[in-house]
Amino acid sequence: MAFPQPKPEKAEMPSKLLRTVDCKQGAVRAVRFNVDGNYCLTCGSDKSLKLWNPYRGILLKSYTGHGYEVLDADGSFDNSQLCSCGSDKTVILWDVASGQVIRKFRGHAGKVNCVRFNEEASVIISGSIDSSVRCWDTRSRRPEPIQIMDEAKDGVSSLQVSEQEILTGSVDGRVRRYDLRVGQLFSDFIDSPVTSVSFSKDGQCMLSSSLDSTLRLIDKDTGELLGEYTGHKNSKYKLDCCFSDKDTHVGSCSEDGKVYFWDLVEGSLALAFSIGSGVVQSLSFHPRESKLLTAMEGNVQLWGKQSDEEETVD
Amino acid sequence: MAAPTEQLDYVSFGTPLELLSEDEPLKRPVPLQEQTVKDDRGRIKRFHGAFTGGFSAGYFNTVGSKEGWAPSQFISSRQQKAEKQVFQPEDFMDEEDLAEHGIAPREIMTTDDFASLTKNQIRSKAQALSVLAAPIPGATVLEDLIAASRISIGVKLLRKMGWKEGQGIGPRVKRKLQRQRNGAGLRLYGCSLPPEESDKSEEEDDAYIPENVTFAPKDVTPIDFTPKDNLHGLGYSGIDPGKALIGGVLEEHIHLFSVESERTSNLLGSEGYSTTRKIGVSGQAFGVGVLEEEDDDIYGTESLSRYDTVIGEEEPGDCMYGWSAPYEYSKKNAEFIKDIAYAGKILEGFTKPSKSLSIKKIYLPPELPRDYKPVHYCHPVMSTSNTSYQKSSDLMTSCRQMERAALQNSRHQMNAVLRRNLIEEPTLPGPSSVFDLLSNEAKKRIKEVKQAVEQKQLSQSLPSCIQTVSTDEALRAWQNICGNEIGTFKPFEKIPEKQARYEKYISKLKQGRSDALEASLDSQMTEWERGREREEFVRAAMLYKPSNSTLASRFTQGKHEDDSENVYVVPDHEDDLNDKEAAVKMKMFGQLTRDAFEWHPDKLLCKRFNIPDPYPSSSIVGLTKVKKDKYSVFNFLNVMENTKPHLKQSQSDLSTNQKPDKASIPLKSNRQSRWDVPGKENDKKDSLSEFITFARSQSLSERQGSQPDSSEPAIIPKEQTAPTLDDLEEKRPSMDLFKAIFANSSDDESSSEGDGDDEDNQQGQNKSSLIKDPTSLIECQEPSKNKTKETFSNQEECQPTKSSDTSENLATQEEFGPRLPPVVPYGTVSLSSGSVFPETIKRKYKEKQNKHKPKMDHKQKRYKKKKKHRKHKHKSKSKKKIIEGCTSSSDSTESSGSDTGASSSVLSTEELLKRIKVSLQRHEKTW
Repeated sequence: MAFPQPKPEKAEMPSKLLRTVDCKQGAVRAVRFNVDGNYCLTCGSDKSLKLWNPYRGILLKSYTGHGYEVLDADGSFDNSQLCSCGSDKTVILWDVASGQVIRKFRGHAGKVNCVRFNEEASVIISGSIDSSVRCWDTRSRRPEPIQIMDEAKDGVSSLQVSEQEILTGSVDGRVRRYDLRVGQLFSDFIDSPVTSVSFSKDGQCMLSSSLDSTLRLIDKDTGELLGEYTGHKNSKYKLDCCFSDKDTHVGSCSEDGKVYFWDLVEGSLALAFSIGSGVVQSLSFHPRESKLLTAMEGNVQLWGKQSDEEETVD
Repeated sequence: MAAPTEQLDYVSFGTPLELLSEDEPLKRPVPLQEQTVKDDRGRIKRFHGAFTGGFSAGYFNTVGSKEGWAPSQFISSRQQKAEKQVFQPEDFMDEEDLAEHGIAPREIMTTDDFASLTKNQIRSKAQALSVLAAPIPGATVLEDLIAASRISIGVKLLRKMGWKEGQGIGPRVKRKLQRQRNGAGLRLYGCSLPPEESDKSEEEDDAYIPENVTFAPKDVTPIDFTPKDNLHGLGYSGIDPGKALIGGVLEEHIHLFSVESERTSNLLGSEGYSTTRKIGVSGQAFGVGVLEEEDDDIYGTESLSRYDTVIGEEEPGDCMYGWSAPYEYSKKNAEFIKDIAYAGKILEGFTKPSKSLSIKKIYLPPELPRDYKPVHYCHPVMSTSNTSYQKSSDLMTSCRQMERAALQNSRHQMNAVLRRNLIEEPTLPGPSSVFDLLSNEAKKRIKEVKQAVEQKQLSQSLPSCIQTVSTDEALRAWQNICGNEIGTFKPFEKIPEKQARYEKYISKLKQGRSDALEASLDSQMTEWERGREREEFVRAAMLYKPSNSTLASRFTQGKHEDDSENVYVVPDHEDDLNDKEAAVKMKMFGQLTRDAFEWHPDKLLCKRFNIPDPYPSSSIVGLTKVKKDKYSVFNFLNVMENTKPHLKQSQSDLSTNQKPDKASIPLKSNRQSRWDVPGKENDKKDSLSEFITFARSQSLSERQGSQPDSSEPAIIPKEQTAPTLDDLEEKRPSMDLFKAIFANSSDDESSSEGDGDDEDNQQGQNKSSLIKDPTSLIECQEPSKNKTKETFSNQEECQPTKSSDTSENLATQEEFGPRLPPVVPYGTVSLSSGSVFPETIKRKYKEKQNKHKPKMDHKQKRYKKKKKHRKHKHKSKSKKKIIEGCTSSSDSTESSGSDTGASSSVLSTEELLKRIKVSLQRHEKTW
């Protein structure tokens, strides 16, 4: 006799401020959870990359070596390495524990907007304003990239890597998906400059945010539009968008100092809460829990569910 | 001493003793303990034990150094890791050990696996030695007992094939049951045979043999064919002096009559017994020694009863193992025996032939003639008189045979000459034909033959020319072709007239005219030229006749010439942007907005992603490319060609305005950044353009400037404002010039200015954001070097509040892409503490916010003023600062009010100008 499945809890979006961390590294250009969501990386405009425990607000390590502000970072699957990119046109591979630079990849002609590890951290993929996406080999010592994808007509603002695909969003208004297994490049035209792209957790959908203040949910296979989410404001800056931990909601930063969450299916605005009066530069959703990191100016804020206990401020 | 002659007579051995001088005392002989023995290398050798066998792991006998073995150096570095060493016993041996008489002599020998069961000599020798050396003689017996049974590989193989010990080798045979015979007491002399296996005559066995029972063949032991070269009796061997003292070794001798199988069966037991027992002298000739306890009746064993007394019974055929013994007479073929009695015994398996062989008859070789010489002379004499016509014509045509064949068949049969002609290569130096090598006589002969043939041909009026044959064929080939194949192939393209003639020829061929060739040739040419052309045409027509469809189908004409001016370019399918934009507007995402390309990931990338290469055989990386003209502009103009031209123009205009440094950026200069285009939303925020739009809309009272291409008005106002105030303004230079002059490298101010610009449109939020930006604020408070720059660079810059020290040139370069949100300088008070700001700063900040608006007006004004009164310009500049101050101090309403744009929209330009003037005057007063 089987019991009926418990009704799935309604996903609660993080809206309660759990902690505010002043990163003391200038403006925080990006904030990223690590792979298991226990730590986070902040990219500062003072050329430093910092590793935090956001729950306790502890700075674990500061990584210095960039020549200009750091724009994006990612952690490897085993938390042993970090990669970061910045305006100094380099991509740097870091050793987490020692804080040393393992490799420094040069080759981009402009500032590097986004960087990601692949699943096994054997390749670093970086997208730059020079409209190229470069794949760097972390296993060998060769200085040249494995492959350069320069199909974009304008700067690459965002990229995501899945098991077999590389998803890039470019300012030329296109979302390009390089499918390695199939050997195809799918290019979806979204008229407005794309600032951020994201894969859904199930890998079926792509989310793109563009400068027309719209988030679009696109079917990965057909390129059809599954949903459009508006209400926030994104017309100038490169702001992040994300899926929630269970793909129930999509979220985005906004230039009006708020974070917006929409119901993925209905497309209705589910939640909008104010972070501050500045521009929410970056956000990162916890991979498994309903937790959210936002970056505004020099601060990183951790948000949780209402039921979450607020951490003691030290 | 001795005379030399005497010396010659003797042969001396050894080293002579030193001559004794009488003065010296006698040398002491070297005592025994100090005498040394040296080995062949001069090393001092010490003896341990009796011979070299003593165990001493010291310097003198084993290792070549005093310290013993040098410990292996431990070397390990990052590059060179110490590998684990596995030592063999041989590693600790020196060459003496490995020498012939050492512990581990090195020689090639069969391994145990492949060794036969018979013990090799060395082993037996060593065994004998060990027996001797062992404290208890015969102690090795135990070892023999325990020793692991080693089976040679042959035996193993045989066993796997089903062989069992005691059986013979070979296919199973159907045979009568063996009758076991009690042969225990039988003796054999000379050759020892296994008696139990010896088969008897088969006579009695016929009765009870099952039909389907097969037996393994009999085992065969090789017969010892050692010739007997002594005078002893059969089987006798005398006492071996070497073994005489060891009784155990003699066991073979003693058991003279024990057969092989017996011996092997009780080898260990009996032997061990005997060896332990017997010591001292023993043997046939000696009898029982004194030391032997058991008083064996050694003579008694040699009883005559053990000898075989019967002759003949002992020779069964089956027992003739291994060699072809004479066939056994059986009673069955007794009658047959008689027949072959004369021939002696018949070998087993053989029978006498029923038919006698016919004798081969041998014939003698033929006798050679007397004058025969075994040398061959060739005399190809061919006289004209007696050669047949057929032959000579063959000869004549043979020289052109190949050429003709090539013409008639396909290109594959072309010879070298033909090919050379085709590619117009010069002939090789040297003799061109075989005829050059012939002697004069031979040439003469050939000439004669040729002449004769020609004469005959003429007389018989045969179809003379080979050409005609091929022309006919060409005619046939081309006759049924109606297509325009000639267009595809132009063999004489270089000479247009010739090509024209050729085409004429071909067309006539198509019509089926037999005089095609002659008609198409130019009659004005010389005969030689015509002949040549004729030949060429026919050849070309044959070579490229349309029936060669294989040839035609294999090739296609190149669309482009293979020149260096071509380049491979990715096919751009993304250029139908109009459709796509429409689709996006209609939200018809999907097929309309999607492009799919074949994309080849790098092999290594696939490897790193753990994904099989989707195109394993291709060497392309990236998108597949097509060839395009290298210098075509269209290769590089694939970005925005679809968008409206005027927008594009203005956009480039704007971009140059915005970014003077952009031109100096080398990267991707051929690609326009989309960020240069103010987006639809951006445009609205562009305060300058908006303001101008307002002005224009006011003055023209036209449509509101909600146009998508709002960058357009950025140009228009120049013209529009100019006519209104153009009394002294002759011609205004372009914005670029101003920009070039006034814009400086640091965009701090401009960025802060950009912030200010933003304020105009987004007043709701800008206030708070600016508050958080004290540094930029402060910067703005510093007297700016030239305010003109601000006015001109009021297009939004992307790094609005970059900290002043870092954002120099780089910042200006990086103005692509979505902007990064404003930087909060290090250590800035956070959002919550924004209220803690000193009041002054706040106020100043407000000023800064407000500054923008009047500045705009002022700018407009200044344009005019500058031209009007040069001297006044200076004044205005200074005034401008004051304006800021006054506006900030005086009217907070206007600045903080969110409706500056709205208010300005209400006001007309004239009114605005008037206002500014008033304020200016007012400030002048205060100044």
